[in-house]
Amino acid sequence: MRLAGFYLFALFTGILPVLFPDSYYVTVVGVTICTNVILAVSLNLLMGYAGQISLGHAAFFGLGAYASAILTTRYGLDPWVAMFIGAVLVGIFSLVLSRPILRLKGHYLAMATLGFGIIIHIFFVQMDNLTGGPDGMSGIPVLSLFGIPIDSDLKWYVVMASAMLFSIWLSLNVADSREGRALAAVHGSEAAAQTMGIDTARVKSHVFVLSAVMAAIAGSLFAHQQSFVSPESFSFFFSIELVTMVVLGGLASTFGAVFGAIILSILPEILLVFEDFEVVIYGAILMAMMIFLPQGLFVTLSRRLHCMFASRFQRTK
Amino acid sequence: MLDQLLQFLISGITVGSIYALVGLGFAIIYNASDVVNFAQGEFVMIGAMSTVFLVGKEVPYPLAILCGVMITILIGFALEKFAIEPAKDASVVTTIIITIGASIFLRGAALLIWGKDIYGLPPFSGDRPISIGPATILPQNLWVIGGTLLSVIAVKFFFDHTLTGKAILACSFNKKAAYLVGINVRKMLLIAYGLSAALGAVAGILIAPITYTSYDAGVMLGLKGFCAAILGGMGSSMGAVAGGLLLGVLETLGAGFISSGYKDAIAFVIILLVLFFRPSGILGTQEADRV
Repeated sequence: MRLAGFYLFALFTGILPVLFPDSYYVTVVGVTICTNVILAVSLNLLMGYAGQISLGHAAFFGLGAYASAILTTRYGLDPWVAMFIGAVLVGIFSLVLSRPILRLKGHYLAMATLGFGIIIHIFFVQMDNLTGGPDGMSGIPVLSLFGIPIDSDLKWYVVMASAMLFSIWLSLNVADSREGRALAAVHGSEAAAQTMGIDTARVKSHVFVLSAVMAAIAGSLFAHQQSFVSPESFSFFFSIELVTMVVLGGLASTFGAVFGAIILSILPEILLVFEDFEVVIYGAILMAMMIFLPQGLFVTLSRRLHCMFASRFQRTK
Repeated sequence: MLDQLLQFLISGITVGSIYALVGLGFAIIYNASDVVNFAQGEFVMIGAMSTVFLVGKEVPYPLAILCGVMITILIGFALEKFAIEPAKDASVVTTIIITIGASIFLRGAALLIWGKDIYGLPPFSGDRPISIGPATILPQNLWVIGGTLLSVIAVKFFFDHTLTGKAILACSFNKKAAYLVGINVRKMLLIAYGLSAALGAVAGILIAPITYTSYDAGVMLGLKGFCAAILGGMGSSMGAVAGGLLLGVLETLGAGFISSGYKDAIAFVIILLVLFFRPSGILGTQEADRV
């Protein structure tokens, strides 16, 4: 019963391509949504559950993508091996980074993660003999699973949706684990968590690494799906967009992050009809939502629904 | 070598002055309302762009500058009134996203009005280089440094010697107490946002003849200003000024002697190192958390 919402969502993602196998919104936008959901869910582990803001999450996504791109095209490694090596490297890197960076709090943490993201992005642009510079890298080989090449939009939808569902399942379970409760305690008050005997530095660094590795794997999948990577996809703005997804849905709720990622991935598609006004409207919507629903869209809505049902239930009794 | 160093120092101090002004704006808003205003860079852009626009409409240069600053101040007021005030009790992350939303909005508006073109302003007083020993300095560099100096002194005077300035300081220490002694807290917040916007606009107009401006010119300047404010210890006004100058000089030296491609990275590497070793900035005071 604990995972009822998850099964419902899994059913929904499974039915969509059966009902609309040729829809642009399912197979093309759907794949983008899946990527963004994985990233938002991973960031939510760090921001929502542990309460540690990160304005540089796109960097891990980019490191994963570039690791796959470089290892497969320049060194001819198998895509799965490359993905694994990328994930391990990002894991080690984030582990080293986690201790000094997570000592910081509030605005200082925001600044440090932001700086980190920008530095990595500049490296993507500048190390052109390795990364192809601002033009990026193309010709990333096709990924194949059990001997079947994943070469159509529909096949990618299946792969990305499965990866997304796995990350949601993982996040829900982490939140309910011993470590997850320790994280919630850290979020509430770090000093109180320490006095309860929680090694706060260790718990925080664990979740930082988990969240970074999830983003790196999403990056590897993204690189193969696009068969092209360029620094633009991993800029400061994308980090901000990810934070917005998490906050928009509602912090500390896995489905909040899912919801936020879905909305922010669809919004630009809808706003395309406004052409030149797209950016202005996007900014205005962002401001309005945060001003009027500071708890996040999903959390506020689900609370309202909850209240409605609860009062109706009482009346019938 | 030495003349190169001198030349780098001159451009470093020029860029640093701009970072200092932007950082000062960050610190003022942060002090007054606990908000990290990510739209600070947009003030810089709007100040410069609206001045360019007015000069293009053949408004006399000094009047155009004045109007550019006024327009930016109005936008600062609007930001406080329509975005920050309605979200009074929002958390740090929420206010960060609101100001980011505002910056996207303003950037989008600038894109609509002025397009993607790059604009420049004429130098304030000619462009004949003045030589100091082996190095040369442009009159506009002097304008930037002098203008910054004047602005910083004015801000310092405002906070130290005027009733309004002291009232804003009172609000930043304790809003409720300030309210109880009869200070109009909402008005003070509005003034703080206006002041910060004015500083941004001044920075944008001073630097526009040297670096040009475009609808997205504010992004990096805003982030560097944030770096300056953090470097000086968030919330310390004069710390932000010192942080900005330091950042500008180190960045220019790094770009000159190491690699210009990594120029922007240098600023952020410095900030990371400082944060790792002194988590509350160079000039910040070590604070104890109250549990």
